Amino acid sequence: MSPALPLLLALALGLIAWLAARSRAWTFRTEARKGGSQLHSLPNYHAWYVALWAIVPAILFAAIWTSISPGLVLGKVLTEPAAASLPAFGIEREAILSEAQSIAKGTMAVGFRKESAALVEPFRAAIGQYGTIGLVVTLILGLAGGAFGFLKLRPDFTARTRVERFVMLGLLAASLVAVFTTLGILAALIYETFLFFRFVSPMDFLFGTHWGPDPMVSPESIRTDAYGALPLFWGTVFIGAIIAMLVAIPLGLMSAIYLTQYASENVRKWMKPLLEILAGVPTVVYGYFAALTVAPWIRDFGTAIGISSASSESALAAGVVMGIMIIPFVSSMADDSITAVPQAMRDGSLAMGATTSETIKKVLIPAALPGIVAGVMLAVSRAIGETMIVVMAAGATARLTANPFESMTTVTFQIVAMLTGEGSFDHPSTLSAFALGMVLFLVTLTLNFIALRVVKRFREAYE
Amino acid sequence: MNNAAAHLKKRYAAERRFKAVGLLAVLFSGFVLAFLLFNMTSNAIGGFKRWELRFPIDMAAGGLTVDPSQLQGPEPMQALQGAGLADVVTFAATQSLGDQAAGEILDGAWREVGDELISDPQRLQGTLEVSLPVSDDLAGAARGGGTPEMQALAEKLKAEGKLVNAIDWGFLSRADATGPQAVGIWGALKGSMLTMLITLALAFPIGVLAAVYLEEYAPKNRWTEWIEVSINNLAAVPSIIFGLLGLAVFLTIFPNYRSAPLIGGMTLALMTMPVIVISGRNAIKAVPPSIRDAALAVGASRVQTVFHHVLPLALPGILTGTIIGMARALGETAPLLMIGMRAFVASPPDGFTSPATVLPVQIFLWSDEIDRGFVERTSAAIIVLLLFLLVMNGLAIYLRNRFEKRW
Repeated sequence: MSPALPLLLALALGLIAWLAARSRAWTFRTEARKGGSQLHSLPNYHAWYVALWAIVPAILFAAIWTSISPGLVLGKVLTEPAAASLPAFGIEREAILSEAQSIAKGTMAVGFRKESAALVEPFRAAIGQYGTIGLVVTLILGLAGGAFGFLKLRPDFTARTRVERFVMLGLLAASLVAVFTTLGILAALIYETFLFFRFVSPMDFLFGTHWGPDPMVSPESIRTDAYGALPLFWGTVFIGAIIAMLVAIPLGLMSAIYLTQYASENVRKWMKPLLEILAGVPTVVYGYFAALTVAPWIRDFGTAIGISSASSESALAAGVVMGIMIIPFVSSMADDSITAVPQAMRDGSLAMGATTSETIKKVLIPAALPGIVAGVMLAVSRAIGETMIVVMAAGATARLTANPFESMTTVTFQIVAMLTGEGSFDHPSTLSAFALGMVLFLVTLTLNFIALRVVKRFREAYE
Repeated sequence: MNNAAAHLKKRYAAERRFKAVGLLAVLFSGFVLAFLLFNMTSNAIGGFKRWELRFPIDMAAGGLTVDPSQLQGPEPMQALQGAGLADVVTFAATQSLGDQAAGEILDGAWREVGDELISDPQRLQGTLEVSLPVSDDLAGAARGGGTPEMQALAEKLKAEGKLVNAIDWGFLSRADATGPQAVGIWGALKGSMLTMLITLALAFPIGVLAAVYLEEYAPKNRWTEWIEVSINNLAAVPSIIFGLLGLAVFLTIFPNYRSAPLIGGMTLALMTMPVIVISGRNAIKAVPPSIRDAALAVGASRVQTVFHHVLPLALPGILTGTIIGMARALGETAPLLMIGMRAFVASPPDGFTSPATVLPVQIFLWSDEIDRGFVERTSAAIIVLLLFLLVMNGLAIYLRNRFEKRW
């Protein structure tokens, strides 16, 4: 039986309820017209009121039932005599059960284990039984709800008010999704980080200088000094906040200045979308570009100027490409801040005989500085959270070095590496990814929070 | 006086330099974009092609004991396999190309001959000119790599006109494979589409409803402030954090759906939703209050006002924001790596719950391969992804220009 069946049943009941209630409301309306009075609500609202009563309880039940019925089915099967011969614990037992279940559901034709064959029939019986129960209860709930709503219909019934109250409830629920997502992120990160800190102390993690988790070592005998994340933090800052910004700030700022102050309307109309295309290219494409094209150039350049340790996975390659990706972001933030500076300040400077560039350097930029700084902070927060470019171009070795030609690793790289590696889910190496994620989340949150406040205050200052 | 003139000259020179630097900065960005696209396209041209061997198969003489009626049956490929089509193809290849070259035809390539026969059973009679993919070794040699003997073979076959680099339409209809000659992107593309459907189905209604609530009904209190703060923060959280959430929450609730588009779509929906809320709020804010006043004045309720009048007027703006958010989700890789959509999936996913991968992840997986053939295939996949993004963004711009009203 398909899990969609109760859903379809509920919707079908809802349609019937809608049609029935609508025709009932129409008869009210005809009668009321004869008597010279009016309905409180339009017939459609009566229809929706009854339909909601028919659908909502039934669907809620169907959703709950789909999530609990597999457990009930399993419990029922385990009480059968055929289940007595199952191995008590472990992977084998799970495998036999899931195989029997797949055969019973028809998703698998033949089993590989002989034990599963005996369990197919009990499974099929239990699934059929609980499926029927679910369907019948859904039907009863739908009918009962529909009947309850239908009996309330009257010419002066306030159907519209009630339907609208339900709509408002839906709107509120939709906006709470964002809050629950934030809470979910926080809860998941805090919980897993807490588990991680049972193995490795926060001090060792935050200030240790050696990073080399081994997912193969048993969790009890791990070396806690292999979980020092300082090299990762340094790599992240070096690539995202230093190299990338050295590329993005001058280029982004000068682009914004040229486009707002010098370029003709036509040039501006064409160049701005062009810059935005640069922001729309997926990061995996930048990563590929960095790894395939930019990194070998930088390695050759490094070797040419006599740096023997130049690697084909270098911090410089990742940082430069990341900076290029960030240019449009910095440029649009700077654009906004510069345009927000009052025209009078610019006119005043020009009237005193300053050239355009002097006006920009001495008046516009100082006045727009808070906005520009906030934009740079947002750009940094985006750069340090960027994953694919560093995964593809920066390398895996954790190093505390300031040589940009060497390979260097970052927080996001290690999150990916730890979670796609071989470690089991409760191993410290896997959990460390969540601790790194926690640090990343807090840092980006702080940067965004401060930046948004600065921008807000800056806007208020000129309005 | 002279001094002042010299000073002025210096200042004007500085002015010109400053302007030139600004122009250079803009041009640099344009140049990088052009170079990136040129680089990808020039690599991608080879990726839409594959190396094939051309030779005739004499079907009548091949001794293929299969009845044309069987080819219209339910399992025609099985019938052909049972009748020994693979051997017939190998035999014909040996006859016209020699032993060594026949051994370099890709395993399973006979199925392409099979497809041709099934589409037109008449071809069982007479001679069939086929063009079948070669092994990765020979393809590598044809590009100029590989062992010397393989290169000699490739040179010889090329000179005879039997080894050709032909356009590979199958690239758009196959799934992942182990060698670059046999891969295709349809599997990943279908995975992307399924994932995007889930994302759209979840993020669009939730995002629009939340935007309506916050902009039209929400009372100004601490609760509302919390909602606004968390939406603004979610819009700025790095995407990889959403991957951690999907891993820790969704995969704990649905452990059987690892790598499934369902979970991927849910994760990306949480990421896309704030984008839709923010653009939706701006679009709703842009609808002038006079519309609301007019509706309320003729007796509409507040819900009717919004759903009958404000929302339809704001829809183009909301759709533009939605498409831009979806385009971003389509290019997203990191969160999907976290929830296991990086498995090797050799057949296109057949539903929302079967293991799948998506186009950006496929690009990432192929980028790890060093084979020159994979470099070309990866670039070709990137071009396909960029084309999709271009179409989506073009649609968004069209909607904005065509339907958005300036009040």
